[in-house]
This record gives sequence, C-alpha cells and structure tokens, in this order.
Amino acid sequence: MAVVREITFAEALNEALDYEMSKDPKVVVMGEDVGRYGGIFGVTKGLIDKYGDERVKDTPIAESGFIGTGVGAAAAGLLRPVVELMFIDFLGVAYDQIYNQAAKMKYMFGGKAKIPIVIRTVSGAGASAAAQHSQSLHALFIHVPGLKVVMPSTPYDAKGLLISSIEDDDPVIFIEHKMLYGIKGPVPEEAYSIPLGEADVKKEGKDVTVVATALMVHRALEAANKLEDEGISVEVIDPRSLVPLDVETILNSIKKTGRLVVVDEAYPRCSFATDIAALALNKAFDSLKAPVKLVTAPATPVPFSPALEKEWMPSTEKIERAIRDVL
Amino acid sequence: MAEISKEKLLWIYEAMVKIREHEERVAELFAQGKIPGFVHLYIGEEAVATGVMAHLRKDDFITSTHRGHGHFIAKGGNIKASMAELFGKATGICKGKGGSMHIADLDVGELGANGIVGGGIPHAVGAALGIKLNGLDSVAVAFFGDGASNQQNFHEAINLAAIWKLPVVFVCENNLYQISLPYSKQQVIKSVAERAAAYGIPGVSVDGQDVFAVYEVAKEAIERARRGEGPTLIEAKTYRFRGHFEGDPEIYRSREEVKWWRENKDPIVIFERTVLEKGLLSKEELEGIKEKVKNEIEESIRFAEESPWPKPEEVLEDVFSTPTKGVLVWQW
Ligand SMILES: Cc1ncc(C[n+]2csc(CCOP(=O)(O)OP(=O)(O)O)c2C)c(N)n1
Repeated sequence: MAVVREITFAEALNEALDYEMSKDPKVVVMGEDVGRYGGIFGVTKGLIDKYGDERVKDTPIAESGFIGTGVGAAAAGLLRPVVELMFIDFLGVAYDQIYNQAAKMKYMFGGKAKIPIVIRTVSGAGASAAAQHSQSLHALFIHVPGLKVVMPSTPYDAKGLLISSIEDDDPVIFIEHKMLYGIKGPVPEEAYSIPLGEADVKKEGKDVTVVATALMVHRALEAANKLEDEGISVEVIDPRSLVPLDVETILNSIKKTGRLVVVDEAYPRCSFATDIAALALNKAFDSLKAPVKLVTAPATPVPFSPALEKEWMPSTEKIERAIRDVL
Repeated sequence: MAEISKEKLLWIYEAMVKIREHEERVAELFAQGKIPGFVHLYIGEEAVATGVMAHLRKDDFITSTHRGHGHFIAKGGNIKASMAELFGKATGICKGKGGSMHIADLDVGELGANGIVGGGIPHAVGAALGIKLNGLDSVAVAFFGDGASNQQNFHEAINLAAIWKLPVVFVCENNLYQISLPYSKQQVIKSVAERAAAYGIPGVSVDGQDVFAVYEVAKEAIERARRGEGPTLIEAKTYRFRGHFEGDPEIYRSREEVKWWRENKDPIVIFERTVLEKGLLSKEELEGIKEKVKNEIEESIRFAEESPWPKPEEVLEDVFSTPTKGVLVWQW
C-alpha cells in the first residue's frame, strides 16, 4: 500500500480551496484577514499569491455586508463565493443574510435561484477563548430549512467535504472546530470528494452506538478504545454533514446495538443531541434496550478559566460514563 | 432636459402607467379579499423605478424591497406571472411561494423583492462584484427606502462597493416615512444623499416625482458605474400616495398633506403636462398607451383568477438545488 502523507486539518482545507480555485474561476474567497494574513487559523494561506487579491478578498469587519455580497453574487449566477465568518459566535451580526436570505431565496422564488455559497466558520471550546469565541452554534443552522451544514472531524474528511461543499449549488455552512486545525492525518495529494449526507462509521462495534461530531468524535473514540479493553464494543458514528443527515446509517446502527449515546458540544436544549434522540425514539423505539443518553455542554455561557472550561466541555470521562449507563 | 428619444419617452410613459394601473387594480383586488397577505403599493413613486430602469438592460441586475411591484414591472418582469403570484396561484412567478414581498424575476435580472428592510442592498453589491470579476459591462442597482438607509446592511454594503469600486448604484426612495416615523425623526441630515460623503462616493438628491430629473441623474450614475468608476448614491425625494400597506389607517399624516402631493406632485400628470406642452408626444399617443396597458393588466388578472392553486405536495419542493444522499427535507 502506498504511504499517504500526513498533513494538518488546516492544510487539508487549504488544499481543497486551492483545488477549487484552480478549477473554477468563479470560486472566490472572501472574509476578514483571508488575504496576505492567510486567515487567522491559516486556512487560506498562500491563496492570494496564486489567485490575486481580486479572488482572495480581504473585507472590512462587515459580516452582514460581505456575506450578503456573497449571497448576491451567487444568486446572480456570477460567482461561487467561499466566505469566512471568523468565529461562529459572530453569527448574530450576519444571521439575517444566512437564514432569511441565502436559505430562503430558492424556495421564495419558486425554485429558480441557485445559491452556491459556502460559509466557512470556526466553532468550539477548548482554547480559553471565553463565551464569545467558543460556542458550538450549529443547531442554529440545522434548524433552518434551506441550509446544508457540514462538520468534519479529520483532515481527510475536511478536504473531501470542502470540495463537495464548494461544488454544491446550495448554501453550505462549513464548520471547523478550532481545536482540530493542528491535528494531522493521512490525506491524498490529489483532489477527491466526499458526498454530503454520508456518515462515516469511525469505529465499528456491537454494544452501543455513539453519534458524535467534530472534536467530540475524537473524545468518543478515546472513550470507546478505553472500554474496548474491558470487552465493551462501541460503534462511533460521525455524521459529517448534519444537513443532509445520513439517517439510515444511524438507525441501522441503533437497530444493531440497541443503545444510543449522542455527544454534542453545544447547549443542551433544541440541539443536535436532542434531534438525534428524537429520531431514535421516533424511528427505532422498538430496538432500544435502554434510555437514550445525551452528553452535552451545560446551559451556561462558555467559561474562560481552563479549569472551568474543561468541566464545561463534554469529556472523554463523561462519554465513558454515559456509555456505561446505557449498558 | 436631456434629449430623450421618442421611443424612450413612450417606454417611460408606458412603464409609469403600467405600474399605476397595476397598483390600483391590486388595491381593489386586495380589498375584495382576492389577494392574501400584506400588500405595499408603489403609487406616487412610479417616476423613480422608471427613470432609473430606462437605462438598464436585461443583463443588468436590480434588488428590490417590500414595495417592489414597480421595480419589477419597470425591469420588464413577467406581469401575468407576477399577478398570479400575488393571488398565490401555481402559475405565479414564484409558484405561489413568495407573494407580494418576494416578487422576483431572475430571467430579467430582478434578484428579488425583500421582506427584510435593507436585506437586499448587499445582494446588489454581490451582483456587481460578480460583474466586475467576470469582466462584464453590466451594472447592479439597489432600491431601498429612507428607513432602510439606517440599517447596517446599507452602511456595510455601500462601504464595500466604494472600496472595491463596484458597478453599482444605490437608489434611496425617500418617501418621507418609515411606516409612521417621519424622515425628520430618523436622521438629522437634510438628505440621505449626504451619507455618500462618509463613503467617499458621489451622492445626489433629486426630485423623484419628475421622471426627467430622475432619468438624468440615473444616466450619469449608471454610465459612471459602467465605465468602472464605482458606485453612486442617489436619493429620490418622493411620496407614497397610499398607506404604508393596504389597510393602514394613516394616523401619522394629514389628509391635506396627501391631497397636496396627489394634486401637485403626481409623476404621471407631470410627465403628461411636460410632453404635451413641448409637443414631444400627442394626446392620442398617451391615450393609446393607457388603453393598451389597461388591457394588459386586465388580462393578467384574468390569468391569475383562472389559474389553479398549487398542489399540496409542492410545499416540499424547491428547498435545495443539489440532490444528496441522506435526509435533506426533514419530516418526522
Ligand atoms: C429588518 C426589518 N425591520 C422592520 C421591518 C418592518 N417594516 C417593513 S417596511 C418598514 C418601513 C420601511 O421604510 P422605508 O425603508 O422607508 O421604505 P418604505 O416602506 O417607506 O417604502 C418596516 C419598519 C422589516 N420588514 N424588516
């Protein structure tokens, strides 16, 4: 087997952007500090040297303005913008352009409009960035019809999913966990796409199904590997895209194991976790041998102190406990 | 007054009376309960859409507002399909999914009316960015009200257009009210056009009831944009002759004020007087256009009334463009 080189999550995303920009002149990158600076997490590094400042556009701090600009350019059929919202927490100042404009245009216009825009954004706790730079707000996007929501957990997935997202004709919210940018993994040099709506079974197992996303996939895997030593077999599913959702893979796994734990680094109510729990109760109730367990953050803002933040985030230990609880 | 070809004069008149006739009939149909929802009429403001659109081509783009029928008509949108849309019929331009506040016709570059005040302004900037990066010579025009000019989207979008020198024209229709709040209580400056200075672009204020005046300032702004010299902010001082929406009790302004505007500043009357006095068009020509427009509007109403309702299953269609694996349109 050929050895595949290992690169970081951020580098994998960069390769996806580079490939799409080289392939299609309509693909442009826009956002704060995406040009010379290369994005505050380095994802757009070097693109400006290759494609120039007309296609890699640094913007003023005007999230509603530049996301709306991306929406207009996409709706006019003239560009396929990849717009960076520096932190998902800044959603509030631009949300109208996403949920009222981008998400609804196609439907309101009777199907005629195509809105091929990708909004890349950064989510997640773990960096002591406190309450306005650490949230996991994906539920606010999942809730809105008309948006696709993608959340990769590995460098390999990041590259393939970003390529699919840019080639998709719908608005895609592409959420990158800030604690994943530095992780390394095998990524082929050539371009490849991973279809949206296809979950990945990160680890097969037969006793419990754990559904987790982004950073939580890694914590779930840690918990699963620990329990494996005790003879407990855990299946870890990463949906990769939250909209569309690979309901089939999740339900098949629940039917096989009869037990479900959902791990979601987000506020607990009306969350991705409650959504998957509701799915299980609706569509796989007869297979369940135990109550569904949810592991989420508490309903508080994200604290600053590392001591508190560690407690706030779903930990490997909490996941492990939840798995034991359903057994 | 600049030279305007006879053909253009006839087009201007036809567009203005078409908007007027459309809106008057829509008011009646709404009162009869045939048109559901909210309806914001453009009567009194016809010269603004028309004077600007006289310079636009099919491959130019516009974005519009909740008061969007006039922009749609002047841009050459399909009137039968838009009337059917107002009724909520399957033959509507948006298949009955948008209605009055979301009238759009992408085939003629009408990127959509908007139910969110100011929401469409950045879309025009986006279209202009696309135009520039594709090396086209089209332009984009954003229409919005005085109320919308207080919105973040106005300021952010106009600044982006200015720094990137985009081919876009911002047209503020200052009809003196933001529902009930008069202009004087929204901003301390005399004119919305003054705001252009803050973004380093030209700002002009014009009598929006005089289509010739609008035509002239729009010509300059649109030519400037086409030449690659960047955006302009136009403020057209205008007045809506009807309430904010149909059914508005209008307790915020006096009968006399409305009467004065209707009697002295009707853009269609002003146009007729001008062309007749100058002998540019004849009475017969004007009458002929009125007759033709009446028939066209009646035909659109007939079409809308006779059209079928959308089928219930259509409620789930048109959410996404690219099919995927997995569940996209969720139902329990
Ligand atoms: C963001 C937002 N806020 C409030 C409203 C409710 N609303 C609809 S129209 C309107 C007034 C708009 O005034 P202006 O922009 O001057 O346009 P006009 O109605 O005078 O044409 C308001 C407040 C809205 N639709 N969107």
